Amino acid sequence: MSTVLERVTKVIVDRLGVEESEVTLEASFRDDLGADSLDVVELVMELEDEFDMEISDEDAEKISTVGSAISYIEGKLN
Amino acid sequence: MRKLEGKVAVVTGASRGIGRAIAFKLADEGAKVVVNYSGSQAKAEEVVAMIQENGGEAIAVQASVSKTEEVTALMDATVKTFGSLDILVNNAGITRDNLIMRMKEDEWDDVLDTNLKGVFLCTKAVTRQMMKQRAGRIINISSIVGVAGNAGQANYVAAKAGVIGLTKTTAKELASRNILVNAIAPGFIETEMTEQLPEDIKQGMLTQIPLAKLGQPEDIAKAVAFLASDDANYMTGQTLHIDGGMVM
Repeated sequence: MSTVLERVTKVIVDRLGVEESEVTLEASFRDDLGADSLDVVELVMELEDEFDMEISDEDAEKISTVGSAISYIEGKLN
Repeated sequence: MRKLEGKVAVVTGASRGIGRAIAFKLADEGAKVVVNYSGSQAKAEEVVAMIQENGGEAIAVQASVSKTEEVTALMDATVKTFGSLDILVNNAGITRDNLIMRMKEDEWDDVLDTNLKGVFLCTKAVTRQMMKQRAGRIINISSIVGVAGNAGQANYVAAKAGVIGLTKTTAKELASRNILVNAIAPGFIETEMTEQLPEDIKQGMLTQIPLAKLGQPEDIAKAVAFLASDDANYMTGQTLHIDGGMVM
């Protein structure tokens, strides 16, 4: 079973077409990974599918970096 | 070859008038149609039955377009039944005509809720599916009075003008995902909605229409089928006036 980090990284690499090495915990989707606002919405949608969970609009707004996505998902899974 | 073979379409307010003609036309072009209605169940089921008699596929689904949960359920039922959602036609609309000086707040709110907020809610509810598909068409039925104004219809006109602005914004937001959004502004079309108008008003209207006749629901339905098809691949954010030349 892949870790949350690996699964999130794969979703980001596939969606945004970036290199895996660019996907660091501190990386901001918009500032570092070249995502526009619609990309971020889509990314959240794909994370919902990947982890079979619902992420509310309010929570989604707080997810801006790779690290924040991972800690949000880990918090929900536990 | 039919234009919309295998596509799935939701038409709001499809039990009567222009919506009914749109449902028939899209089914005729090969689309599977969700006939949405708010109150007229029997009429919606009649539309479904007629589509099925012609060898098409359709279901009737009740939902008020101004209520989020009902709209969500409508779109979920569509995807569950037909597997995708390719075309949304925001057609549902009501009138509560009055002069501004006499217009009650609830007359204003009712019309804005159904005719403008309803378009927003339905659009929002389909974007997720259409973004995933990387394809979709949204066709909003506005009105020529939303372009030109009309005494006695402040609420309706404000809502229909709002729909044109919403169409342009939705088109800009979703173009990168291949979701094309256009509006149609019908002029005076022979439906139950315009039937209620007094004869002298109708006659007065005719003098303002260069083609000197009222339009038929099918005139609008054909334009919807065009906008929903591959023939309109390079068109988004536009408003088509189908009004016999009334407003140029």
